[in-house]
Amino acid sequence: MNVTFTADELAFRDEVRTFFREELPEDMRQKQSQAVELSREDMIRFQKCLHAKGWSGVNWPVEYGGTGWSTIQKYIYATEMAAANLPEPIPFGIGMVGPIIYTFGSEEQKQRFLPDILESNVWWCQGYSEPGAGSDLASLKTRANLDGGHYVVNGSKTWTTLAQHADWIFCLVRTSSDVARRQEGISFLLIDMQTPGVTVKPIITIEGDHEVNEVHFENVRVPRENLVGEEGKGWTYGKVLLQHERTGTAGVARSKYRLKQLRRQAARSVRGGEPLAADRNFMRKIAATEVELKALEFTELRTLAAVSSGKAPGPESSILKFKGTELQQAVAALYLEAAGYYALPYVPDQYVLDFPEQDRVGEGAETKTSLRYFNFRKTSIYGGSNEIQKNIIAKHVLGL
Amino acid sequence: MDLSLNEVQTMLADSVEKFISNDYDFEARQAYAASDPGFSADVWQTFAELGWTAVPFSEEDGGFDGGAMELTILMMEFGRGLVVEPYLANIVLAGGILRRTADASQKARWLQPIIAGELQATLAFVEPQARYDLNNVRTTARADGGDWILDGSKGVVLNGNTADLLIIPARTAGAQADTDGITLFAVAAGSEGLSRRSYPTVDGHRAAEIMLEDVRVPADAVLGQPGAGYAALRAAADDATLAVCAEAVGIMQVMTDKTVEYTKSRVQFGVPIASFQALQHRMVDMLTACEQSYSLLLWAAMASADDTEEAAQAISAIKYQIGMAGQKVGQEAVQLHGAMGVTWELDIAHYFKRLTAIGQMFGNADWHLDKLAG
Repeated sequence: MNVTFTADELAFRDEVRTFFREELPEDMRQKQSQAVELSREDMIRFQKCLHAKGWSGVNWPVEYGGTGWSTIQKYIYATEMAAANLPEPIPFGIGMVGPIIYTFGSEEQKQRFLPDILESNVWWCQGYSEPGAGSDLASLKTRANLDGGHYVVNGSKTWTTLAQHADWIFCLVRTSSDVARRQEGISFLLIDMQTPGVTVKPIITIEGDHEVNEVHFENVRVPRENLVGEEGKGWTYGKVLLQHERTGTAGVARSKYRLKQLRRQAARSVRGGEPLAADRNFMRKIAATEVELKALEFTELRTLAAVSSGKAPGPESSILKFKGTELQQAVAALYLEAAGYYALPYVPDQYVLDFPEQDRVGEGAETKTSLRYFNFRKTSIYGGSNEIQKNIIAKHVLGL
Repeated sequence: MDLSLNEVQTMLADSVEKFISNDYDFEARQAYAASDPGFSADVWQTFAELGWTAVPFSEEDGGFDGGAMELTILMMEFGRGLVVEPYLANIVLAGGILRRTADASQKARWLQPIIAGELQATLAFVEPQARYDLNNVRTTARADGGDWILDGSKGVVLNGNTADLLIIPARTAGAQADTDGITLFAVAAGSEGLSRRSYPTVDGHRAAEIMLEDVRVPADAVLGQPGAGYAALRAAADDATLAVCAEAVGIMQVMTDKTVEYTKSRVQFGVPIASFQALQHRMVDMLTACEQSYSLLLWAAMASADDTEEAAQAISAIKYQIGMAGQKVGQEAVQLHGAMGVTWELDIAHYFKRLTAIGQMFGNADWHLDKLAG
């Protein structure tokens, strides 16, 4: 047993590291280090840079333009991306609908959609949750009725992340109510956001951002060829996706990076005051969180090792999502604590490039720490709430 | 033993409760918070007319002669209503300094207008390097002829955006962290050399950074004895700590009630989610946290009211409790509301933000636990 990388893997790590540090646009790094919000254009530019290097389709097979990387390579890539403080690529296209299309879609769909996803020419969003269907996703009510060559879609989706930027949405819709189980009769449909009858309404989140939306469908006519796979099998396809979402949300590398930064920040003195690092209570909390994170890192490695040797991941994989999000929230809470009174100012407008230092409230990005703390409460709610994760573990792992 | 409110206290509780439920709904609160200067001048006048701005002051000063218990009653209800009017900054902090230190002419000039609701004031007690230590003061004042000249800066000054009177602790002697050598100055916001950068705070209130550059004030701006300001500063901050803890208890109770109601109405898997035992137990924990917090609050209020030797310990105990239990209750309330809990639209998010902000003020849980550890 060993956890060291091979020479090839180390060479790969160095290549990734060099690329991230030296070949990406400088303003991107600046914006990230100054906690500046990235625009739609920034994200697209960033993803196109990755694509130009041949690294956009991380999880994709080579035949569809993917990297074909080993599990270990993917792990190294994600870790280095976090360590370089780069944004996470928007997951809905490359991470979610792409794999569904190349796994379950028709030949025409693959040719029509996959290249634009890989090149970030088209922005996708995800239409799963509904006002009455959150944790109980199978109770979704958005209808798609066949009318000649089209489905006519009526209903509402909610919590749709960045739908305001999206060109297309992939949806779970109900095509039949005459079913034995509620999970049946659900289909997977691709919808152009420009289609008449689609409207997007912003939902402002707790910290004042426009990140999620309601998406309403009123007699939206969707060509029949936009159905992925078989009618009524959407739940099966969607579940594959959800499973993917669950393993992708641990965010270990990012939490590690943030704790490292927090240690740095704590070691600095603020205007002649004692550095926070002199406070043993606080440093012990950082250390305790690091221990938990190290445990989760190895849990993730165990999962990767199983997958890369062709085995099914064991029960340890199912704790990744809820434990990972708990740790993300714990780290955000530590930042809040570090900020003291400077967690109070609500000044999101000072996070623009080259904001004059003398006009800034607080040191660095500390006034943003409370916004992140509030925003991160979502992580234990989205992608199947942590309560649902525990239900799944109780049922499928413990057999209860 | 009698833990019930007396007649006057009951009347006060009833009148605030009535005001909050009849005249201060969440929509109104949000509108006040979004307006300039961040609260309603009309509501503030109502507070003055109802006598609430007079609560902690002696009858001699034109007050209601209320103590820690009356303050607690008032603030719990303000917590329930998520009140944004600057009671803490004006009455508890600035008023708390003035009633302890001001002479007759200073009271006539500043305290009477504050009680009448005509003057906005605050206490600038935060300096960025000090974290929670009130004695850590780098802002200086030096005597010059009969005047004083102030230099330095103050951070996160509550109500600092609109206050016309700023009470500024400044160092006139001693080292940066000495308790001796701190002098309190009453400084007009319009003074030459004083500038401010105002901003909203995450909890819907307002604050400002205050910069002082060669700000000249006359000798009668000094409150109390030069160099002896720390005691009043500490006392006003203790009052304020108790006040925000009472506010937090009100908030926690509302969040718990609202969470129970929400889970009874939210149906998933064909049943109200309140029927799940895993969630029931968590709500029992929330209730327990509220009850334990309220118990400590009563202890702290009584100890403060009677000024017993336990008072400082009790204040630290309740603030520690609020820090821990407040975070727990706040996070659980948000989580059990699901994604709705992280929307701006729902009041739960705003209760959570205020509760979080309170946790960051006047010493966090660790800071107070350190005091208790001795």
